[in-house]
Amino acid sequence: MKRIAWIVVAMIIFACIGCRQKAVPPGVTHPTASGAALVETSGGKQVGTVGTALPQPIVIQVNDGQGNAVAGAMVKFRGPGGVHFDPIEGVSDSSGQFTTNVSLGGVAGRYQILVSSRDKSEREITLKLDEIATGYQQQLGYQLDQNYCSRCHSSESSPERVSNHDNLEVKPHEFTDGDTLNKMSDADLLAIISHGGPSLNRSPLMPPYGSTLSKAEIQALIAYIRVISDPPYKAAGVVYTQQ
Amino acid sequence: MRSLKSFINSCWRTLFGDTIRAFGTVSLLLLLALAIAPAKNHFSEWRHYQNQYLHMIRNRGDANTLQRHFRGGIQQTWLPELGVVDRCASCHTGVGEPSLADVSTQPFRRHPVIPHSLTEFGCVICHRGQGAAVTAGDAHNSKLAGEEPLLPARFMEASCGQCHHVALTGTPKLNQGRYLLSRYGCVRCHTVKAPDGTRATAADVPPSLIHIADKTTREWIYAWLKDPSAYAASSTMPNFQLSDADARDISAFLIANSKSQPGDSLEETAGPAPDPAAAASLYGESFCASCHAVQNAAGNLVGGDLGPELTRIGNKAKPQWLMAWLKDPRSYDPNTPMPHYQWSDAQLKLLAGFLQAKSDPDLLTNVHLDSATAPQIAHGKALVTEYGCAACHEISGIRKPVNFAPELSRIGSKPVAQLVFTSGMPHTLPDYLAGKILKPRSFGAGLRMPQFNFSQAQAEALTTALLSLTERSYTLPPRLQVASIPESSYRPAGRAGKLMDEFACLSCHRINGRGGDMAPDLSWEGSSVQRAWLDDFLKNPNTLRPALIRRMPKFNISDKDRAELTDYILTVYQTASIDRDALPSSGYPADLVEHGKQIFYSKYSCQACHILVSGQDKGYIGPTLSQVGARLNAAWIYQWLKNPQSLRPGTMEPNWDMSDEDAHALTAFLMMQKTAASQEAKP
Repeated sequence: MKRIAWIVVAMIIFACIGCRQKAVPPGVTHPTASGAALVETSGGKQVGTVGTALPQPIVIQVNDGQGNAVAGAMVKFRGPGGVHFDPIEGVSDSSGQFTTNVSLGGVAGRYQILVSSRDKSEREITLKLDEIATGYQQQLGYQLDQNYCSRCHSSESSPERVSNHDNLEVKPHEFTDGDTLNKMSDADLLAIISHGGPSLNRSPLMPPYGSTLSKAEIQALIAYIRVISDPPYKAAGVVYTQQ
Repeated sequence: MRSLKSFINSCWRTLFGDTIRAFGTVSLLLLLALAIAPAKNHFSEWRHYQNQYLHMIRNRGDANTLQRHFRGGIQQTWLPELGVVDRCASCHTGVGEPSLADVSTQPFRRHPVIPHSLTEFGCVICHRGQGAAVTAGDAHNSKLAGEEPLLPARFMEASCGQCHHVALTGTPKLNQGRYLLSRYGCVRCHTVKAPDGTRATAADVPPSLIHIADKTTREWIYAWLKDPSAYAASSTMPNFQLSDADARDISAFLIANSKSQPGDSLEETAGPAPDPAAAASLYGESFCASCHAVQNAAGNLVGGDLGPELTRIGNKAKPQWLMAWLKDPRSYDPNTPMPHYQWSDAQLKLLAGFLQAKSDPDLLTNVHLDSATAPQIAHGKALVTEYGCAACHEISGIRKPVNFAPELSRIGSKPVAQLVFTSGMPHTLPDYLAGKILKPRSFGAGLRMPQFNFSQAQAEALTTALLSLTERSYTLPPRLQVASIPESSYRPAGRAGKLMDEFACLSCHRINGRGGDMAPDLSWEGSSVQRAWLDDFLKNPNTLRPALIRRMPKFNISDKDRAELTDYILTVYQTASIDRDALPSSGYPADLVEHGKQIFYSKYSCQACHILVSGQDKGYIGPTLSQVGARLNAAWIYQWLKNPQSLRPGTMEPNWDMSDEDAHALTAFLMMQKTAASQEAKP
């Protein structure tokens, strides 16, 4: 009887010790160096679908004070709720870079991703990246943009789809041109898409699409324009009463 | 009996001491028991969320409105016709509040804008999960038998596909998934049916293997079976992961089984093209690249995917066969989408030599096959039957298998309890489907599903399409179902119809609901164009849109055939909405023409998209209009200006809501543009 009690006690002690060992995620090695700055190599400002992995991974480079790449420095990612990183942390490779795949959350909009590392004196160094998720409405807007707008509103040209942007005397604004488009209200955008440029005293080269697209489609286009604008579009905020 | 009574009495005394204390204790216990139910209700999860919501909206400017909309207690949407009992709004209190756009914490987020109203459809039809549950755990992640968990947001388009069997603009992932299901021939082995019984059809063109030995060698078949992507990166043929012996035996059987057919090969073969530049330019001006892709030096595929990739065609095609094929593809395969180009003998040799040179010297160097023995051939035949090759390819002596693979019509509702997962895989249906698509053979030994070359994104699109095939789509009322538009069985009739088959017009053009989408729909071409222009275009197709790289090739049509085709197109392909003779083709008053010119350049700014005077206008989007008066009928132009989408749905040209006067003036002006010289004047 006594022996069994001793065995039980020993097992409890072992179990407690086992639980206290912190599980180390596989593949993460310990940092051997520290950098002074984080630089985005690629992967910022992508447009992806909600809940889906972004088309390209995020690549971050860790640099030291002189701007040289640092290998073996710890890089960690953080994001708002719903954002997943694969992997979420790790050490930079021999060229000082660290790559992670990101899937955005379930809500359309802009996601700020925080990349962090620690410098020699253990202070946190950070880098912020913006990624954009499109929901149903923005996705529909994107498709409509591809069908009806982008041939003139985007200067990007491919052999399959030659841009008409440079042929126009008055250059159409890129939909990412937040400096201009953020100043226009939703009602202005609705008017210029529905009734053409002259409705807002702008270029008659912009034709009216009000009888071609439905109102829901035009609103989807506006939602898309708002979500991709750079600098970001800020809708009129909510008013709070005094506490 | 007495002893039992005294035993109970003694228990009573031992527990409570005396009877009064006993009465008090039991009453207290009863009261506590009665309080359990109200307490459970009071401390319920949904009540907690409702209190949190009220706290959140308290200080907002729109608090009054939100407060007025708020309803306490369990909120239920009951839609008996759809089989929906949803209590999601008990916790998701703000789901229908448009003014909560700035709130990002769940469960108070408003629902994003979608084309359906939440009260009409409820939540579970799209999101799945258990609508009747009132705790988050039960509603979202139920793993009980017969209950399904929430659908992850990235597969949400699958829910649209339960009713919408036609492609929607807003569901690109679902559309791509459905396209892949038919493009990669998945539906040749797996039956996929819509609730109304229509079967999904395949969109690939697997070649017939009846005369395969005329076309290629056993060595090539062996290499192809071992790894199709080594020959063609864009191949839709999957890798069956055959052993060397199995590939040897199947190739032996296919060659032995092939029947030679006169006309499949020509005696004469082409040597290497004497003038590679001329050959390349013939390849270019025949627009072979519109359908066939070739890998460029950087390893990227350039060209269309309607026909097979030609990067290493010299390794595959026998020279005698290639000549015969280019001379008349229909003699080898009567149903091929390849047009009959009617090249001259010199051109044939040039092109055949050019294609023959496209080969990879390393592809077949390690393939050494001894001549086939009878047991090998018999084993090959058994393998061909076992792997269901005849589900896609026509093979003489092998019957097309029926119900070869599991039917997928309701796969999106398959209970997780019925699935066998591989180790380390999350136990969800989407993960299972993606796993099956990406690595089908990893689920166990002896499985026959081959390995496809899908990317992660393609697998996700396919998973979305499969998840749309749910049990629920059968139980929803049929009035909600938006049926897919089946490809019509239209075939042009008569001698002209034979010619159109010969030139494979329907490979690129769509007519009366059948055909490709590479080139314009010709269903109403007869109402649209003038006779002289059409005749001239068939003789020498030149582009109307300077920026296009895919264009109509020249088919070297004889004068007689051309007249036949022109007559047929002009008389048969008409729309009742246009009277060809309603407006004259010339003789418009000069002031009307002048007015038309004014509004062309100012009010409507047509030059933004169209070129009228080349060198001056630069619009690249619409067709060049410099000779439009010699090309189109006035009545067509008028109708187009009034409502372009009525003639070509989805066209970019906007509907201008143009007045009759403006449309008339523009028609007059455009009809004056007959020759390139007629618009020398600048605006």
